[in-house]
Amino acid sequence: MLKLGGRVVEIKSQEVNNNELFSVSTKEDLPKVLRASRAFLVSDADVPEGFKHYLILESVAHLINALPVNSEYTVLPQDYSYIADEDVIRISKDKSSIRVLYRASSPNNGILISEQCNHYCLMCSQPPKAIDDSWLLAEAAQLIKLIPQYTREIIFTGGEPTLYGGKFLDILRLAKSYLPNTSVHILSNGRSFKSDAFTKSYSLIDHPDMMVGIPIYSDDPAQHDYIVQAKEAFDEAILGILNLKKYEQKVEVRVVLHKQSIGRLRQLCEFIGRNLLFVDHVALMGLEMTGFTRANLDELWIDPYDYKDTLSDAVKILAGYGMNVSVYNHQLCLVNDDIAPYYKKSISDWKNEYVEECDGCKRLSECGGFFSSGVQNGYSKKLTAFK
Amino acid sequence: MELGKIRRGFFYSLNLSGEFTVVKNNELDRVVNHQLSPDEPLYSDLRSRQFIYELNDKAPIQLLALKVRTKLSRLANFTNLHIFVVTLRCDHSCPYCQVSRQSEDKAAFDMTKEMADKGLDLVFRSPSPALKIEFQGGEPLLNFELVKYIVLEAEKRNESLGRDLAFVIATTLSLLTDEVLDFCKAHNIYLSSSLDGVEELHNTNRPRAGKNSYQKFIEGLDKARLSLGFNSVSALMTTTEQSLPQVKSVIDEYLRLGFNGIFLRPLSPYGFAIKTKKYRAYNTERWLDFYKEGLAYIIELNKSGIRFTEQYTSLILTKMLTSNDPGFVDLMNPSGAGIAAIVINYDGGVYASDESRMLAEMGDESFRLGHIEHNTYEEIMLSDKLLDALEDSFTLSVPMCSDCAFEPYCGAEPVYHHAVYGDTVARKPESEFCKRNMAIFKHLIELMRSDAETKQIFLGWANRC
Ligand code: SF4
Ligand code: SF4
Repeated sequence: MLKLGGRVVEIKSQEVNNNELFSVSTKEDLPKVLRASRAFLVSDADVPEGFKHYLILESVAHLINALPVNSEYTVLPQDYSYIADEDVIRISKDKSSIRVLYRASSPNNGILISEQCNHYCLMCSQPPKAIDDSWLLAEAAQLIKLIPQYTREIIFTGGEPTLYGGKFLDILRLAKSYLPNTSVHILSNGRSFKSDAFTKSYSLIDHPDMMVGIPIYSDDPAQHDYIVQAKEAFDEAILGILNLKKYEQKVEVRVVLHKQSIGRLRQLCEFIGRNLLFVDHVALMGLEMTGFTRANLDELWIDPYDYKDTLSDAVKILAGYGMNVSVYNHQLCLVNDDIAPYYKKSISDWKNEYVEECDGCKRLSECGGFFSSGVQNGYSKKLTAFK
Repeated sequence: MELGKIRRGFFYSLNLSGEFTVVKNNELDRVVNHQLSPDEPLYSDLRSRQFIYELNDKAPIQLLALKVRTKLSRLANFTNLHIFVVTLRCDHSCPYCQVSRQSEDKAAFDMTKEMADKGLDLVFRSPSPALKIEFQGGEPLLNFELVKYIVLEAEKRNESLGRDLAFVIATTLSLLTDEVLDFCKAHNIYLSSSLDGVEELHNTNRPRAGKNSYQKFIEGLDKARLSLGFNSVSALMTTTEQSLPQVKSVIDEYLRLGFNGIFLRPLSPYGFAIKTKKYRAYNTERWLDFYKEGLAYIIELNKSGIRFTEQYTSLILTKMLTSNDPGFVDLMNPSGAGIAAIVINYDGGVYASDESRMLAEMGDESFRLGHIEHNTYEEIMLSDKLLDALEDSFTLSVPMCSDCAFEPYCGAEPVYHHAVYGDTVARKPESEFCKRNMAIFKHLIELMRSDAETKQIFLGWANRC
């Protein structure tokens, strides 16, 4: 697993009272005018002048001596050796830690908009905090300007990104303007879209390739509300989806599979086919073993092996209705063969890991493997490598 | 919520959007008396289908409204299918045929160019973005010159109008020539034909000089598929007395010839079918046995991996399992007569449906809406004959239908009821249409309830319409 953030070995930099964002460069011949805002990743003694900041991995710490005089620099633990050209990093204002905010080589970069949420899902992987974190919004704006235009997709996540209302829409406008060729995916609980006015302004952004992913966990409103620990959540999410479709916006329905959602999964899929046939995509996703999931494990954990027939039925129902359906976060040896056409290898490239049962598995390269959290915190006992 | 009793102790429950569930007698009492507890699965089932909702819920009304709107959205487009009866002449003499004539008298039984022009005026008055022109007869290929004329003229007019235009020729395929096929190919014309079963059955049902109608059909089918594409030719079957004991062999014949489905159709009470007493040759119960046996066989085929549908079942399943309406004339409310399809007869008469003109051949002009040369579009479409029939037969206000659980799946069928019972509504307990459809609705629900695999297969059919 890649380490995305943490303490650094040493930073030498002027006092500024802000987090600083840098686009990383490995280009020694980068035009001088562009160097003033970038961080250069030092790899040998031939260090070009004029960069705002220099990054040096611990293993080559002696290269500090090769830096131009009075340079600002950060010495990074070896964990960050994956950092590459055009990645974006944040150096914290207390000058003690960094975080990698964007990786040019990753197919799915998430941008955290807020840690606040009006859900309190049993399986939340990013437990909400009720604090003013509008600095995240400001950072997102900065970040978007540093992300290269060739980026295929960015994902806005939370918390609940839409809680910032119009300010979040400003971020989306910025994304449309600075990254016109980049798909935008928004992970939202959908409830804000129950407001016609909000949905209308959202639609007026008129982004060519923007989709909202909204979780619906049960066809029974009470069960959905229980899973997300919020009253009227189902009702509002459905109204949100209807509004988004009224304004011809793209919508994905996301279903996380666990003990609380598996019981009525077939009924949920029939409900979707009957009521929400017009959504653009349905994602059926395995459980991630982080955040609240670990605290609520007894209530949530069900071995994917035990629900594989239910999953097959669910996919058949949705596909039967002609819907576009994908299965994410599942191990190949724990799903039936009929899942193959809908199986997606992974949610996030840096999360894929495998366990010792996978040794020698012939299909390892097609398999999505595990979230690293799964490797640490428990996974199915029924894995069987394909020989 | 509409209820229909099935067996003692069970009720079918449906709502306006066609969502259904089956509840037990005592459960129903508790639902109605607000005694159901939110922890019970039935409570979830009913809430999920919007049978019940809680005080603050707003989504259920929206979802219901959306589904009902979707089902009815087709009405806004008005008439799609326009049938041109280009001739009554035919080279076959089927005993159950409603209208055809064995005659060389073109003047008496062929449509003229002038009428065709007027007919096209009518076609293009329809607001529908999609227009389908179907040529019927008799055997339309006996007046192929007029078919060509109408196709070319329609295409010419459509250049500036940009509708989604489609053509179908209903033909026995016996008179297919290279010239006909070349023309069909150049203008994307589909062929709709008839096949009643194996050779002997087909030839008995469809007599023709030379006793070779089956052989002609097969030759025509091969030629047409080769030239127009495999799926450009479809076939319809009619159930006669002789078909009843051999539903499997009829289905096998369709299977063997590569069709991906069959429409198991009962005889209609029109034309010669009545005159020759063919229509009374079997009753609804006997036909239902035939249908059920055929359907069971087709389900077995699907279970063994062969994709094959019974098309009437598919139409009903689309209404049962999806929020779409397939727009099948027999199963529409308001009735599809005049609004889903309209017929321009060889003599210029305009009729509310294909059946309506067959009635007229028997001397009953109840659904003759006007004449193409003497009446305007408004006079035809707003004629009392049409509006009264539509309004009177509207199932949501008709005795029995308005209380019937299956109303969302059923149709008004004023022409049928008029033909058989003398009024567009009729008493439904006596209606063979009612009996047949209600039995089918119940049968399909029972099949789905008793076997998950069948339900899955049906879901596939429902979404193909
Ligand atoms: S053994 Fe491991 S690699 Fe192979 S399919 Fe199972 S989880 Fe995937
Ligand atoms: S015709 Fe019969 S089955 Fe159809 S709606 Fe009327 S009463 Fe019900």
